[in-house]
Amino acid sequence: MADPLIQVENLYKLFGNNPDKHMSLVHEGKSKDEILAATGHTLGLKNINLSINPGEIFVIMGLSGSGKSTLIRHFNRLIDPTEGVIKVEGTDVMQLNPKELEQFRRHKMSMVFQRFGLLPHKTVVENVAYGLRIQGVDKSESLSRARQWLETVGLAGYEEQYPAQLSGGQQQRVGLARALCTDAEILLMDEAFSALDPLIRSEMQDQLVQLQEKLHKTIIFITHDLDEALRLGDRIAILKDGEIVQQGEPEEILLHPATDYVEAFVHDVNRARALTVETVMKDPAYRITADTIADALSQMKGFGRDYGYLVNESGYQGVVKAERLEQAYQDNKDAKLDAALYEDVEPVDPHAVLETVIPNTLDADYPLPVVDEDGQLTGQLTRGTLAEVLGETHKPVEQQKDESRTPAA
Amino acid sequence: MAESNWLTEVPQLDRSELRDIRKTLDTAYRDFSREHGEMIEAFFDPLLSFLVWFEKLLLATPWWLVIAIVAGLAYLASRSWKLSLGVVVSFTLIGYFGMWEDAMSTMSIILVCTLMAIILGVPIGIVMARSDRMQTLITPVLDVMQTMPAFVYLIPVVMLLGIGKIPGVIAVIIYAIPPVIRLTNLGIRLVDKDVLEAATAYGASPMQRLVGVQLPLAMPTIMAGINQTIMMALSMVVIASMIGVSGLGQPVLKSITNQYFTLGLLNGLAIVALAIIFDRVSQAYAKRTQRHLGGMDNG
Repeated sequence: MADPLIQVENLYKLFGNNPDKHMSLVHEGKSKDEILAATGHTLGLKNINLSINPGEIFVIMGLSGSGKSTLIRHFNRLIDPTEGVIKVEGTDVMQLNPKELEQFRRHKMSMVFQRFGLLPHKTVVENVAYGLRIQGVDKSESLSRARQWLETVGLAGYEEQYPAQLSGGQQQRVGLARALCTDAEILLMDEAFSALDPLIRSEMQDQLVQLQEKLHKTIIFITHDLDEALRLGDRIAILKDGEIVQQGEPEEILLHPATDYVEAFVHDVNRARALTVETVMKDPAYRITADTIADALSQMKGFGRDYGYLVNESGYQGVVKAERLEQAYQDNKDAKLDAALYEDVEPVDPHAVLETVIPNTLDADYPLPVVDEDGQLTGQLTRGTLAEVLGETHKPVEQQKDESRTPAA
Repeated sequence: MAESNWLTEVPQLDRSELRDIRKTLDTAYRDFSREHGEMIEAFFDPLLSFLVWFEKLLLATPWWLVIAIVAGLAYLASRSWKLSLGVVVSFTLIGYFGMWEDAMSTMSIILVCTLMAIILGVPIGIVMARSDRMQTLITPVLDVMQTMPAFVYLIPVVMLLGIGKIPGVIAVIIYAIPPVIRLTNLGIRLVDKDVLEAATAYGASPMQRLVGVQLPLAMPTIMAGINQTIMMALSMVVIASMIGVSGLGQPVLKSITNQYFTLGLLNGLAIVALAIIFDRVSQAYAKRTQRHLGGMDNG
């Protein structure tokens, strides 16, 4: 894997008049409330360690007051940390002087804000061009690039309107277009969709996902909505009282919540929609590699089931059942296995969302085969697993095959 | 002093001591003004020549042309025929009742004072908005400028610069500048933090933030300050006439001393007419710039 694009090490933020003096209390491990009571200083962030890879959507999730908006403002130094290191492409952001910092903000990162932050006295197209104008790109060039981005986000025709004339969703599209217009590699999105109503929000999420498929930006996305985090995030960090309580891929967080706090969050998530087959399937146990019915039957007896998944060099072939094979065997003891004997079963795509495979799984008498795009059998999905995963929300589901997926935090 | 009872009598300085203090300060200031008066006067010379030139220009221009220009400016600023018509009628009446020259003098001094107040006041307001320390320093000074009776600060100004237009201009500016400073400060401080943060996040330099975000967004408030400044400058015209500033204030002063009721009333009404015109025109202009701010270009 490539080097992380952004690296945050041991980041602390203490708000107050004299944070340096009271940092020792933080290091002693005093809680946020104790520090507030003793010194009047508010602990914003505590020992944050993150590494964010190029091209991923990294979601930072937390409730209000968890420090997520504080954290995102550290990446472009809208807020300076009390202690710690922030490196972007290996450069320590803290070492930049004011001029360098301006250049860094102009070219490396752009930001989308919860309350849009559009300039009310400029037209939509001027707002989108703002980043370029700040960089010193000449007017006609920046306006024409801004027009293209407005078209990309679906706001062609609104160029000469003022932000106040647009709806919330449209304003945030302008915000997004403004962020994309500077061509910065990193996109900071501070609760970008939280102020929008649910329908518009999910539209915007889809749009972001689509754009990301084309653009491959590195996106740091802040949200208080776990569904949004699961939907967008390649990786998620959960923040509580300024501390990261868990970070990992969405499935990890869903299936192995590290603390009660995370579990309480995960509780209400619709798992059928959030999880893919891949994450819950079991290893395929009952492979049949035989050529003849006789061999197949004996292999099936070997693992004590009345069905099996037939595979050969070119991959998954089909499901065979003992009953039918035995009939065929009675007819012709030397018969080869052929397609006429396979069961009529649609294999499952490992990337499919659980919700979509529930009907088929319930209809079948045996676990459904999971077959990847190369035609290889990669796992099986039983009714039991499905019931367990979807029904069980309090305890982590049974241990998974891949032990490396245990939570990092 | 030691014998008197301090419970019943206000403890106070000895008369002779008080006189000494006054004498010392007065002498010191007189010496200062004798020594540096000319230099300071020279410093204000360009302003004086501009003022005189402007007044002469207004007087040398044919009356109908002046009315046409003022009415035209009023129309440009407000896009309202009614306002322009009001300008024509009131200026014609001012001329008809023999107050043309005085009105032109007053107009020139008001315009110069307002310009000076904006040139000085807006930057001071900006400085105040940038630092809380400056704000705590400047606010009491503004309070003094607004509440100290104008006559009191006329004394040192007259001692320093004598009687004439310049001391008048200075007195008017001192009296009229606080609103533009205060409201510039307020306007900038009230600029939406989210918008400013967005500008910062995109790498705007402090200058780009000021010119591109803070000033345009503070403009309605600043315009309200300028409007107040114009009004206060006009209300100083009569007081300024006491130190020899020509204009509509002079006949008013004359009417007070001689009890000429009609003369006072006419000139008073002329001042009111000017005030209303300035007020309506500047407010209409402020409103229109708001609508057109989107067209403003800045990098």
